Amino acid sequence: MTALLDVKQLSKSFGGLVAVNNVSFALEAGRITALIGPNGAGKTTCFNLVAGALRPTGGQVFFEGRPIENTPPELVCRMGIARTFQIVRPMRDMSVLENAMVGAFSWTTNVNEARSTAYESLESVGLAGKADARTDQLTLPDRKMLEAAKALSTRPKLLLLDEVMAGLRPTEAAGVVRVLQRLAEAGLTILLVEHVMRIVMEVASRVVVLHHGAKIAEGSPSEVAMDPRVLESYLGAGFHA
Amino acid sequence: MQKRFEGAPDIKPWLAGAMVFAILAVAGALANPYLISLMTIVLLFTFLGQSWNLMLGIGGQLSIGHALFVALGAYSVAVLDVKYGISPWIGLLLGMFIAGCAGAVLAWLSFRFEVRGIYFALLTIAAAEFARIMFSGWEFVGAMQGLFFPAPTNAIEFAMLRGDARFYYFVALALAALGIVGTELISRSYLGYVWRAMRDDEQAARALGVRTFRHKILVIAISAATAAVGGGILALVQGSIFPDSIMGMGPSVDVLIGPVVGGLGTTFGPLVGSLAAIPLNHLMGALGDSLRIPGLNNIAYGIVLVLVVWFLPDGIWPAMVRLSKAIRPPSRVWLPQPRKAEE
Ligand SMILES: Nc1ncnc2c1ncn2[C@@H]1O[C@H](COP(=O)(O)OP(=O)(O)OP(=O)(O)O)[C@@H](O)[C@H]1O
Ligand SMILES: [Mg+2]
Repeated sequence: MTALLDVKQLSKSFGGLVAVNNVSFALEAGRITALIGPNGAGKTTCFNLVAGALRPTGGQVFFEGRPIENTPPELVCRMGIARTFQIVRPMRDMSVLENAMVGAFSWTTNVNEARSTAYESLESVGLAGKADARTDQLTLPDRKMLEAAKALSTRPKLLLLDEVMAGLRPTEAAGVVRVLQRLAEAGLTILLVEHVMRIVMEVASRVVVLHHGAKIAEGSPSEVAMDPRVLESYLGAGFHA
Repeated sequence: MQKRFEGAPDIKPWLAGAMVFAILAVAGALANPYLISLMTIVLLFTFLGQSWNLMLGIGGQLSIGHALFVALGAYSVAVLDVKYGISPWIGLLLGMFIAGCAGAVLAWLSFRFEVRGIYFALLTIAAAEFARIMFSGWEFVGAMQGLFFPAPTNAIEFAMLRGDARFYYFVALALAALGIVGTELISRSYLGYVWRAMRDDEQAARALGVRTFRHKILVIAISAATAAVGGGILALVQGSIFPDSIMGMGPSVDVLIGPVVGGLGTTFGPLVGSLAAIPLNHLMGALGDSLRIPGLNNIAYGIVLVLVVWFLPDGIWPAMVRLSKAIRPPSRVWLPQPRKAEE
């Protein structure tokens, strides 16, 4: 079976800084994979490369066997990859529901269909009660969840989540974890960046670890947790999970 | 539970809008000639304001050279009518086509080379100025001497769009109504949603699959084509056109006063703003003439603009909606595309 997403020797430098250095990994369909690493490891840059927001300086990205590393973000999204932004980007002058509707217009032009899809997305992240609110009335954790709802409305095959659970209370995070597990059971592939190790251990079936832009480990959560290089990188950077 | 979101069409705003236009229609049948011609201009600039508002208020693309598209419509109508006796209806269609293409080409060139935001706005000024200078020296379109329509008659000729002042008042009224209904329909369609998403955050919209490049070109082409229709009627109402009167910075600014004063991105803003600004401009112009203070109208214009921007930064219409909300709190008040409805 070929992987849904295949990242091959991906690199990105900003001037002299190598943010992503020769990283390869593959995602199997229907699985939840975690991308972890200390601050500045290159996780968000990886997302930007996969989603078409940045062009790589080297390497390739294949989605369903097709190269996408030079595809613009709107087409990457239309192929089935949706992403959230670590620094949230709500549409300020649109309501929460309207924000969640936008993604649906990547596959429909029917406003009612978009509205009910958006409502389902909001419901799955626990924001349905705030559908009519303005985005600046939301708390930061809620805005992160809105990012996830916006992405879900595009009906993706692959969902890239960049620290969407940051700031959630443990019970709320547990709810989101259940949602992610349900989505994965329904066939959605998820790649998530997450700092809270407890959540990573619980939700991910595979973990990819970045450090200074390079992949230093990959495996099941328990394998990775015992890897001396991983422990060292985290302890060295001030382990805070 | 989901019922609430099924989007049953809200009848009330349409009723309210229809009532406003019924009153304006009755007023048109009764009012004196001066008021009629003043209101004709108000309604035409309501329509032009709608066109400009579609582009900035919904599409997020600023144009400060909208007079270019207005003038392309005006000249299409005038050249065909004055020089060849061809019906202005054809002229309006030709004007829409030419202006739509001009808008699309300008947008394509600009965004292709990553010229956007305020730099795109500067480009629209440059294009309008370039066209003005070109038309000023172009004999075929009358150069500086302009073009004059045949003298107005009292007989109404619908096929040639010719008639008295009252006839043009009703044409302008129909156009303004069309503009409001059209804006409302567009902004409730999927185009309204993706355009507002693109306006609020282009990168985020792209990440959600919005093909912003083509949507920016589309909204600009539609805005330009509708501006041309307003321009064609404006030319007929004025009876003559000159490059300086219809293409300069002045008319470009006149187009955007209505929506800016009335409320950016709102459906009724351009109407409310034009109703407030244009009569004031005329009144102050007349006062200035009688007091021998030329330019009084410009000063008054400036002061009102500053006051509105200072006290009602989102415009008069959203403030009116807030007020009506405050007066009768329980009922659901309809707010067309609220932009920062309360602050
Ligand atoms: N657009 C950019 N221009 C220059 N440097 C950048 C840019 N984006 C990221 N970087 C740098 O690349 C490195 C990796 O950043 P990245 O945001 O990918 O890290 P991260 O793993 O997501 O970190 P965090 O956990 O803090 O979100 C950092 O040193 C960052 O400063
Ligand atoms: Mg990051």
